[in-house]
Amino acid sequence: MTSILWPAKEQLKLIGKRIDRVDGPAKSSGAAKYSLDINRPGLLYGKILGASIAAGTLKSLDTKAAEALAGVRAVHVMTEPGRPINWAGQEIVALAADTEEIATEALRLIKAEYERSPPQMDDADPQKVEGKPRTRTEGNPAEGFAQAAASVSGRYGVATITHCCLEPHGQVSEFRDGELHVWPSTQAVSGYANQLVKPAGLESNKIHIDCQYMGGGFGSKFGPDAWGAVCVELAKKAGKAVKLLLDRDLELMIAGNRPSAFADIKVGADKEGRVTAWESKVWGSSGVGNYGAPPLPYVFAFPNQNTESQGIRTNRGAVKAWRAPGHPQGCAITMAALEDLAAKLGMDPLEFFLKNLQFAPEALRETYREELMVAADLIDYKSKAHPRGDKTKGPIKRGLGISLHTWGGAGHASACDVTINPDGSVVASMGTQDLGVGTRTCLGIVVAETLGLPLEAVQVNIGKNAYPTSGGSGGSTTIGGISSSSRRAAVAALDELLKRVATELNISPDELEAADSKIRAKANPQKSMAWKDACKLLGQMAITQQGRHQGGARTELTSSGVGGVQIADVSVDVETGLVKMNEMVAVQDCGLIIDLKLAESQVLGALIMGVTYALFEEAIYDPQTGRMLNADMEFYRLATLSDVGKLRVHMMTGKGYDERGVIGLGEPPVISPGAAISNAVANAIGVRVSSIPLTPDRVIEALEKGGVRT
Amino acid sequence: MNSFEYASPTDLETAIGLLGARFGETEILAGGTDLVTSLKQGIVSPKRVVSLKGIENLKGIEAGADAVQIGAMTPLVDLLENASVRKSFPSITAAIEGIGSPQIIAMGTVGGDLCQRPRCWYYRQGFGLLGQLDGESLIPQGDNRYHAIFGNSGPAYFVSASSLGPPLIALGATLEITGAKGKTRKVAAAEFFRTPKSADERENVLAANEVLTRISIPARGLANATYEVRQREGLDWPLVTASVAFSRKAGAGRASVVLGHVAPTPWNVPEAAALLDGKSANEELAARVAEAAVHSARPLSKNAYKVRLVKTAVKRAILAAAEQREG
Repeated sequence: MTSILWPAKEQLKLIGKRIDRVDGPAKSSGAAKYSLDINRPGLLYGKILGASIAAGTLKSLDTKAAEALAGVRAVHVMTEPGRPINWAGQEIVALAADTEEIATEALRLIKAEYERSPPQMDDADPQKVEGKPRTRTEGNPAEGFAQAAASVSGRYGVATITHCCLEPHGQVSEFRDGELHVWPSTQAVSGYANQLVKPAGLESNKIHIDCQYMGGGFGSKFGPDAWGAVCVELAKKAGKAVKLLLDRDLELMIAGNRPSAFADIKVGADKEGRVTAWESKVWGSSGVGNYGAPPLPYVFAFPNQNTESQGIRTNRGAVKAWRAPGHPQGCAITMAALEDLAAKLGMDPLEFFLKNLQFAPEALRETYREELMVAADLIDYKSKAHPRGDKTKGPIKRGLGISLHTWGGAGHASACDVTINPDGSVVASMGTQDLGVGTRTCLGIVVAETLGLPLEAVQVNIGKNAYPTSGGSGGSTTIGGISSSSRRAAVAALDELLKRVATELNISPDELEAADSKIRAKANPQKSMAWKDACKLLGQMAITQQGRHQGGARTELTSSGVGGVQIADVSVDVETGLVKMNEMVAVQDCGLIIDLKLAESQVLGALIMGVTYALFEEAIYDPQTGRMLNADMEFYRLATLSDVGKLRVHMMTGKGYDERGVIGLGEPPVISPGAAISNAVANAIGVRVSSIPLTPDRVIEALEKGGVRT
Repeated sequence: MNSFEYASPTDLETAIGLLGARFGETEILAGGTDLVTSLKQGIVSPKRVVSLKGIENLKGIEAGADAVQIGAMTPLVDLLENASVRKSFPSITAAIEGIGSPQIIAMGTVGGDLCQRPRCWYYRQGFGLLGQLDGESLIPQGDNRYHAIFGNSGPAYFVSASSLGPPLIALGATLEITGAKGKTRKVAAAEFFRTPKSADERENVLAANEVLTRISIPARGLANATYEVRQREGLDWPLVTASVAFSRKAGAGRASVVLGHVAPTPWNVPEAAALLDGKSANEELAARVAEAAVHSARPLSKNAYKVRLVKTAVKRAILAAAEQREG
């Protein structure tokens, strides 16, 4: 029997190396087909009319003129007259037409009358909280503050942002021979069909899902949602395939957002810099739903805590999980308050964080210590660091900011089939999805490594619910799940093959191994059989074995719990409030890395997303009409490449890291940028900008109250 | 977008003949970078779109001894790459560079830049040019972080989106307008823009059936510069801009300071410019001019930060112009 455990580092040929993603050429040449690229015979184009008010009632609805327009093939009411409207953009009517232009024109012919109520849009005013606060006390905060040599009190905030997936939400739906075929953009291929049973009017086994490529989900694309369901309804009514992907405005208004968070923090430390007490009151909004408060204090379990959280209901579109739910907010608030405290103590933040690692989870203390040292070294901390407030003459002030983060990342349940064909070709099949992070490539690497084959020898089949069930890609659970199940499947299939080869070579199967496209005796590598010859022994029948990963925080192949450190280097123009990124360093652990290049790319992508929400991104809602004022890519700003500065990634690998097994990476590196950049700005200009994004208006508002002069 | 009739005449007279007498009936298509999105979003729904792309003599740049003549349909990129414009009018070049989008610079035209509609998000959301609901402006109580800090006593609170307006005004440019029966008139760039009093009016003096045809910039040898504050390095709208032009000859009286993205029109501050006349610009003078430039600023509830930005832009534009003259 081949050991299920990951081979020793020196034996690895593919795992942990820098390997290009296998679908890179298809993506860069345009050969890769995303949902928007799927065209079917007689395809219709679906569109949705969103409510023009944010609060009130739909009084009446008249779709006659739209239905009468030539080329309109199906109309489906999504909100019946008399029903409440809870946010602007709420789906009222969907329709499908021969062209996008006709569909748009038809939407304008729909007469929707509303009874308008004043919307509640303010999520920053603590007076607006509702319901009973959640409170927690540990130790004795009053005593803790009494012991403190210094303490700071401040208000910190993180604005609401959306997911702004560059590929909008939606799908193509087609009924064919009594079955439904769907090409969605989804993070959960195996779970998708089960959510379409009702609109399809079919059992799940008649619904076929196909998602080969994804243009971003970030937590907002687990199910078909109302627009996916209505796309199926329209296809059913029209008897033709329908493509319905949200237009950019609706995408930003209704397809998910990240809850805001505002907090009043008081934190104190003794003269050594050790935190002695923490008090936090946090509030914010998850729209009309219950507020999901961020974890506070983040990373550190300080002694003597008082925490309180409470939500504000607002008329905004539904929140959805946003890459590391709650963590970026908790991190930005906690790390900013701590850096403020370090500044008050006149202490270097690096030293301050090191000193307080005793309050970090025990399993991560050493990791953080090493990572802080690596990050400081990479950014040349010693020569660049200065006390709060850059004393350099002139308007440009430079600063450094540190942040720490953590995440779980245990693998989800996953099943994988590996087939070895008599001609030596190999197929790995799994109902998983590649969100763009390289899941397809990693799956191939694990199977190829296990079978001793080059990566090209493995055909990877993913993106369809016909394949064995694998979990949705959320919570950084994919890489653990898929690498474990595929390792197990490949080992099981290999063991079958080894049995045949053992008989042929007159040796015990346990004495054989697969390496260098051969099956060979472990003790005597000369005694071998080429992979292709070995497979010929199968005759006409292929071997298929299934491997399963059941989940769990720690398994033979996977574990969970990672730490990461980031340091930002910024320049701030105090006469314009503009923040410019000089450099950002990310040091991250995620256990055993399957593909180092893809892991680094994952972190780079997270840094770009992080710089974006730290400096630019903000969903802006009109206080009077409740409409999202920047539901476009003009004022809903995303960083362009020239805005992100130099990005450097260092993955912690080797002893102490690799033996932990595979752990997820999607979430952790996006947690710290807001905090690190906010701390760098405070270090540069000598005053805290209380909320992110750190836009010129906020920076100037902070400078009006204090900080450095030119 | 709604269906409309599309006309692409090859001569100006026909084009003007195809334009309606009232706004809203017809729209002029130049580069299309603004109009096409407005059509798609239903901000405008004309019955006919008249393209000027087929009219050859509306394009081109001629640098004469007294003035540079620019056809209104000249692509921004041609103006950007024109060596004599770059040499004599760096304020123009900088304004185009500030657009930050190679696509808009390639497709957009000089006339289109001057005639583009405001980016006010209430206007773009369909609340009309003045951003009103039930006859009341949404802007004073709304999110006005990008709105006017000058000329904002209402009913218009938006800011002019033109990149070229401020430097053209600062340089004393003249615009040529042609109307029905070939009737041509000239207006100073400073007189071209106006603040609408109602949502049916437009942001300039063009009648619905008039076409902006030509821009003439006098060659006065003025030092000139534009400084723009914008958030992103890439495509982004400015938060504020300042264009300055001045001569150091005593009593020349040609100094001007014109601000962009701060008022419903490019905002001329002659009282600030007067301080520059005949003086040698230095940091101290620039700071005084900057202070004078914001003297009449009246920020709305969320845009006080723009005052500091204006001061910075004016100061930096003056210093850039001063440096360039000496260099």
